[in-house]
Amino acid sequence: MHTIQIRFFAALREALGATELRLPTAAATVADLRDELIGRGGAWAEALARGRAVRAALNQAMVPESAPLKDGDEVAFFPPVTGG
Amino acid sequence: MAAQPAALAQVRIQIEDFDLSTEVAALHTADARVGAAVAFVGLVREWTPTLAPSGAALPPEGALASLGRPGAGSVAPTLAPAEALDCLELEHYPGMTERAIEGMVEQARQRFEIFGARVLHRVGRLGLGEQIVLVAVTAAHRGQAFQACEFLMDYLKTQAPFWKKEHGAAGSRWVDARTSDDAALAKWGIAASNAA
Repeated sequence: MHTIQIRFFAALREALGATELRLPTAAATVADLRDELIGRGGAWAEALARGRAVRAALNQAMVPESAPLKDGDEVAFFPPVTGG
Repeated sequence: MAAQPAALAQVRIQIEDFDLSTEVAALHTADARVGAAVAFVGLVREWTPTLAPSGAALPPEGALASLGRPGAGSVAPTLAPAEALDCLELEHYPGMTERAIEGMVEQARQRFEIFGARVLHRVGRLGLGEQIVLVAVTAAHRGQAFQACEFLMDYLKTQAPFWKKEHGAAGSRWVDARTSDDAALAKWGIAASNAA
């Protein structure tokens, strides 16, 4: 188990009613973490559903969801950016 | 290119407005090599087609299609008040957004012969006509400065972690990423799949 700091932005933040979340988890990758959140059901399952456009960052850099996690990492989920 | 003082490459995310003249002057004052300064300012537009609720009357197809094309600004149709934009709200990811833009400035430095670059981006709620973003670049000659400025703006549009929400009489909604912005980046040889 490790503890991951999770952050949500924009439409995803609003849909989940959550800005930040500190989560002890066994998730090995960003994809595992997303699946674990989807497993919570309700708004989580809907907003993070596979097939929806969700992007992820690990320690403040964009990553593919295959990126591995370690204790203390910061993961962010958000919709595609809409720029300046 | 010789290393320049860090103050010449500057990225700021702020709520406050900015002054174009002040920012451009700061880029070239005390740098006698500069022969060209190019700056782009993005503004909150009067209206936007994405805010119109589904089923609402939209402007003629031709008018919509002309949006985003160079010189299309003069033919923007008049929309019903229900579809008008009141303000734009911008959200960012503190820390990551700055780092991402600094990386873009670094790429611009590697691609073009530029001396200074500055990117200012505002966040929070911005009303009609307000300034959103400034990209300013200095170089010895205008060609490199123009190109670097356009490159940075195209990059910002697709890759910078900002999210826009439109507020208007018809309601509020988050703006969808546009594949046309990804296409703008493709012309620089950078594959983008933000909107895909």
